[in-house]
Amino acid sequence: MSMAKPHISIQNLNVSYEGHCGLKDITVDIPKNQVTAIIGPSGCGKTTLLKSLNRLIDLVDGVNVSGKVLIDGVNIFDNGIDVTNLRKKMGLIAQTPNPLPMSIYDNIAYGPRIHGVKDKNKLDQIVEHCLEAASLWNEVKNRLKEPASRLSIGQQQRVCLARALAVEPEVLLCDEPTSALDPISAKHIEGQLLTLKKDYTIVFVTHILRQAKRLGDYVIFLYFGEIVEHGPAEKVLTNPSEPRTQAYLKGEIS
Amino acid sequence: MIASTLIIVGGLLSVFAIVLLRGAPALSISMVTQTPKGGYYLGKEGGVLNAIVGSLYLAGGATVLALIVSLPTALYLNEYAIRSKLASFTRQSLDVLWSVPSIIYGVFGFTLMIYLGMRASLLGGILALTLLELPIMIRAMDEVMKMIPIKMREASYALGATKLETTVNVIARQALPGVVMAILLAMGRAIGDAASVLFTAGYSDNVPSSLFDPAASLPLAVFFQLGTPFPEVQQRAYASGFILLVIVLSLSIASRLLTKRFMKYVIK
Repeated sequence: MSMAKPHISIQNLNVSYEGHCGLKDITVDIPKNQVTAIIGPSGCGKTTLLKSLNRLIDLVDGVNVSGKVLIDGVNIFDNGIDVTNLRKKMGLIAQTPNPLPMSIYDNIAYGPRIHGVKDKNKLDQIVEHCLEAASLWNEVKNRLKEPASRLSIGQQQRVCLARALAVEPEVLLCDEPTSALDPISAKHIEGQLLTLKKDYTIVFVTHILRQAKRLGDYVIFLYFGEIVEHGPAEKVLTNPSEPRTQAYLKGEIS
Repeated sequence: MIASTLIIVGGLLSVFAIVLLRGAPALSISMVTQTPKGGYYLGKEGGVLNAIVGSLYLAGGATVLALIVSLPTALYLNEYAIRSKLASFTRQSLDVLWSVPSIIYGVFGFTLMIYLGMRASLLGGILALTLLELPIMIRAMDEVMKMIPIKMREASYALGATKLETTVNVIARQALPGVVMAILLAMGRAIGDAASVLFTAGYSDNVPSSLFDPAASLPLAVFFQLGTPFPEVQQRAYASGFILLVIVLSLSIASRLLTKRFMKYVIK
């Protein structure tokens, strides 16, 4: 597979928390309309990398960021950047479902509403369309006014996916989105992401190698805050060139 | 477990029973529909409508004022001044204020009123009670908001919401049951307080018709009536106390029901 046009270009990104290091000199391009799987053991900086891409990292106390992340050619750490606009572009699916304290309908409509959609019919359309895209519509169409917290965990995660889609992002950042789910719900989400990649660039954090194989077109292997290896999935996952990647794939290091 | 339950429930019931038993002879419809007759609080006729209405005005007014200050303060502490020195200093000060005895608020208000040339009035009482309610209300709301997980804020920010949008639409909504609880907790405290209104609101046999009239209150009605040497008037003190208990109990039940209702959308 040839390297597609990069959508996100990370250049010399360093992130440290109050002195101790989170990410070291990350330089990598993330291809457009593909699934990029970030793999690596727990605590290696996968989530930090993901949160740098939509600047949720700003919320962390005492964080220090240097380097560049270019999205559509613009450095998102530039001073003049509108962070809310950036985050709108970068949909996030968290590790555990994090529904908002409101109804299913309002969860999906929340994003469009804060970005100025007021028309009821338009909102209805968005809600239906996004729930369809998250393959949840048929299960919840008769209970849209119910609190989102009453859904099962798997359904809640699909509400979160629908909610992310509702603000028309360009990129979907997924932080181990299936780790809290049962196998069937996990399969649902995986299937959804595969369908969505034709319209979205997907960055997918996982520590499950089989999941990276099933979903990933491009793979980045992070180890203790550094990129050890990155490249097309077949290459990195079946024939890695770095000894540490080989060791990780064999389960010798974790 | 059973023993402690018995002690708690038994305590509550015995308070009710004693107050009711001793006040029963004086309890009548006129008690809650009429103002005292027969001269000041020594009157053996009429009712304590002046004190009931006075108490509701005092606590209601103070609760509204305290809410206007408390909700933004609690939200500010949790969403804007997170872990700042200012926030921890504010919390510390509020904790000290919480433990200040209410008579001190009364005396403080009284001194201030003398300085301003104000007479004891409904307004003075409301302001003193507001001071009493503020630390309770803010800290109770604050504790609820502190419990809100960071991932809920992240969910909102990740959609491109601003801090204000997140605070108003998500944090306030998640905290709503706790906010209601805090309001009623503070109001319950204010309506039962005698010391802070003693000097500031004064006492009167009439229902106050303006903010500058003195206002009676139920705790003071109990205090004054029980202090008389006349058994009939003392009975009326117990009856007034019973009315106060019923009001406080209703507030508590209302708070439970409302909290339950607002819990519906809250994420646990």
